[in-house]
Amino acid sequence: MLSLRGVGKQYNGTRVLEGVSFDVMPGQIVGLVGENGAGKTTLMRILFGMGVIAETGGYEGSVLLDGREVRFKSPFDALAAGIGMVHQEFSLIPGFTATENILLNRESTRPNILVDLFGDRMSVLDRATMGLRSRKAIERLGVPLDPDTQVREMPVGHKQFTEIARELDREQVRLLVLDEPSAVLAESEAETLLAAMRKLAEQGIAIVFISHRLREVLEVADKVVVLRDGRLVKEAENESLSLRDLASLMVGRSFEGSSEARRPAERPSGAGFLEVEGLWVDMPGETVRDLSFSVAEGEIFGIGGLAGQGKLGVPNGVMGLFAAGGSVRLGGEAVPLNAPRRALEAGMAFVSEDRRGVGLLLDEGIDWNVCFSAMQLRDLAVRPLLGGLFKWRSDSAMRAVAEEYVRALDIKCTSVRQRAGNLSGGNQQKVCLAKAFALEPRLLFVSEPTRGIDVGAKRLVLDEIRRVNRERGTTIVMVSSELEELRLICDRIAIVDEGRLAGILAPEAPVEEFGLLMSGLGGRAAAPGAPAAPGRP
Amino acid sequence: MERIREFVSDFGLPRIIIALFLVLLFVAAPFVGVSVASSLSNTIARFGMNGIMVLAMVPMIHSGCGLNFGLPLGVIAGLLGATISIEMGLVGAAGFAAAAALALAFAALLGYGYGKLLNRVKGDEMMIATYVGFSSITLMSIGWIVLPYQSPTMVWGFEGEGLRTTISVEAFWDKILNDFLAVRIGERFVFPTGMILAFCGAALAVWFFLHLKSGSAMTAAGSNPAYARASGIDVDRMRTGSVVFSTMLGALGIVVYQQSFGFIQLYEGPFSMTFPSVAAILIGGASVTKASIANVFLGTFLFQGILTMTPSVINSVLKTDLSEVIRIIVSNGMILYALTRKTKVAK
Repeated sequence: MLSLRGVGKQYNGTRVLEGVSFDVMPGQIVGLVGENGAGKTTLMRILFGMGVIAETGGYEGSVLLDGREVRFKSPFDALAAGIGMVHQEFSLIPGFTATENILLNRESTRPNILVDLFGDRMSVLDRATMGLRSRKAIERLGVPLDPDTQVREMPVGHKQFTEIARELDREQVRLLVLDEPSAVLAESEAETLLAAMRKLAEQGIAIVFISHRLREVLEVADKVVVLRDGRLVKEAENESLSLRDLASLMVGRSFEGSSEARRPAERPSGAGFLEVEGLWVDMPGETVRDLSFSVAEGEIFGIGGLAGQGKLGVPNGVMGLFAAGGSVRLGGEAVPLNAPRRALEAGMAFVSEDRRGVGLLLDEGIDWNVCFSAMQLRDLAVRPLLGGLFKWRSDSAMRAVAEEYVRALDIKCTSVRQRAGNLSGGNQQKVCLAKAFALEPRLLFVSEPTRGIDVGAKRLVLDEIRRVNRERGTTIVMVSSELEELRLICDRIAIVDEGRLAGILAPEAPVEEFGLLMSGLGGRAAAPGAPAAPGRP
Repeated sequence: MERIREFVSDFGLPRIIIALFLVLLFVAAPFVGVSVASSLSNTIARFGMNGIMVLAMVPMIHSGCGLNFGLPLGVIAGLLGATISIEMGLVGAAGFAAAAALALAFAALLGYGYGKLLNRVKGDEMMIATYVGFSSITLMSIGWIVLPYQSPTMVWGFEGEGLRTTISVEAFWDKILNDFLAVRIGERFVFPTGMILAFCGAALAVWFFLHLKSGSAMTAAGSNPAYARASGIDVDRMRTGSVVFSTMLGALGIVVYQQSFGFIQLYEGPFSMTFPSVAAILIGGASVTKASIANVFLGTFLFQGILTMTPSVINSVLKTDLSEVIRIIVSNGMILYALTRKTKVAK
């Protein structure tokens, strides 16, 4: 029914998708899996005719629907062709009932006299028919959803069903794309969802199911397509696949023997330098539920996991930027949470993943950006006046410090007075690192250090992190979505899943171990062969 | 050509137009029988009178609270200080010092509450500040009537209670700063040295503060609150501090204004202080998020220059009173212009 033939896409010269081809049959459930950034979203955008694709130069290859090539110009064309999409984020109106949401802008109406005078916009909603239609759509889905409940009062699972029912109300719908529909669901709700998907498939509706929960994919899909770095690496019938295969395929890239991490014998060990117990962090989208781990002095400790599973919440919580609880001890001393200043004073520093939002003063020069935190915290570039009564900011000292870091980190800029907002992503990241280095921390959190910067700069940034670890003995906790990066420089890697520790692995552990931990299968599958027991160095 | 364009874009077209207009007025003055010497003298006097109130914009802009549309609060503190000083019967330098000290004390108190309020309405500071200004004026209009002032100089003669709308400070500390080391050149030119020194002193204090560690924290809190928080700065405290500072400058500013003007204007008086001050700093090249001391000096001079020169020159030419119209067009137009370009800062 739907065929993709050699579909490819570049954004401003960056290739995100290349030569992807596969078919979807009527009534077939195709599981589409891949890491963050593997190209799943781009593929779906192409399929759905999203404006962003055309704006950035269109795509290569072709999309065939019933053997005829189609090139949708907008989501409306895709809808008209019978393709429905349920997005990861809900787009429902909280104050409307399920029925109203399902039939939004497609309501059944009754004409009246005003219609003759002023046109269709004056017609009256036909509540009875609408109720029938939404009931029918819900019935097709086979879920217990009350059409008259307001969306705001529904549990998350029901919101998800409302979204799907909305797509089903359109009679001609033949292909349904579900983007991470189970990500927000509890286990029992997810079961119901899977049952509903099977029911829809029986009715002849094809489903593309995007999920990182590999078990669900294996449970429900007829066929699995694995994307990695924009390429299709595997297209296989479900029967022939095991979880382990799938995890390994998804994470991919077997280690090429060029590990630059320290050899196991050289790795720091010993009593916990940073000890985190029962940490919870209320960071929207990155909730940490209950996490305990311990980092040895001088170690580079990696924290990985898929987006939204809580790995970013760890540094943000420990540094006091988001509401958190639990206990954090650094070098034996308790560090109070929810107090950024105390965390900094304890000797911790943080390179935030939100470079432009939290990491930089975009309107100020490099000198300010590099020196400000250190000035406030340990009087860097401060000259006492009148016996310390006033603490004068020495602009020349700030410039000198900044120039030193510009040289050391090879920051490309016109001068240290250049506004941080005008630097490239890679150089901005280096400024963020310089800022953290200037604090001379005992422990440095680095969050997504290579996000949004080009390959060459990535290399440099990682080298700098390693250098400060070796030369100054700074303990590093690095949080990253890029597993390869973590495996490249970390001594141990913790994987966080659903806000909890899924397991801790050595960097040379086989990729599928990581894949399994990320897919929420840690407890059972990862135990054998895992070199380090969770929570202990 | 390229350099001219660059200059225009750096300096800001409106500022260039206003500066040229001011020069034109000075050139035209002698031809319509207006004395340049007295015009210049007036301009400088007004520059000194209004300068500190324009300066009162700076701390709040730096901390990210936007333009201080709540200036009337500071002005009210200043009026309280001045009236209480007169009530106490202090004259001369002692009277002025008492007025200033009391004004600063009241301003610190009011500014603290005002700062706490602005911390609750982040993002809408300027709108809320405007209403803080308006409502405080109205509230104090009642206050001026009911407060138990006794001094015969100030209360209504026929009632014996309630303050007059305009109170002369002639018998107390009229022109006490203006006349300090004043330089007279010819018959019509007076340079009010003391007042200009006071303005420069206040400007120096602000400049000094902004170069301190704590002043830098204030600037960072305004530039990016999230960054400042991650650097261990208590952003709310910085903001409150800046509001207190701004309010205190406003209070000091009005006391300096009164001694030069010779009168204390109560009731609706504070209304007429805010917009000219806001407009002046914007003409000086500040934006809603950035301001420097140079912006204050330049802006106050240009704006007060226009204000001084238009009535005399334009009115002589057109034989009608246009000064108020031009003042309103320039000040409101400037505010409108500045609010539409929130980021670009002129040098």
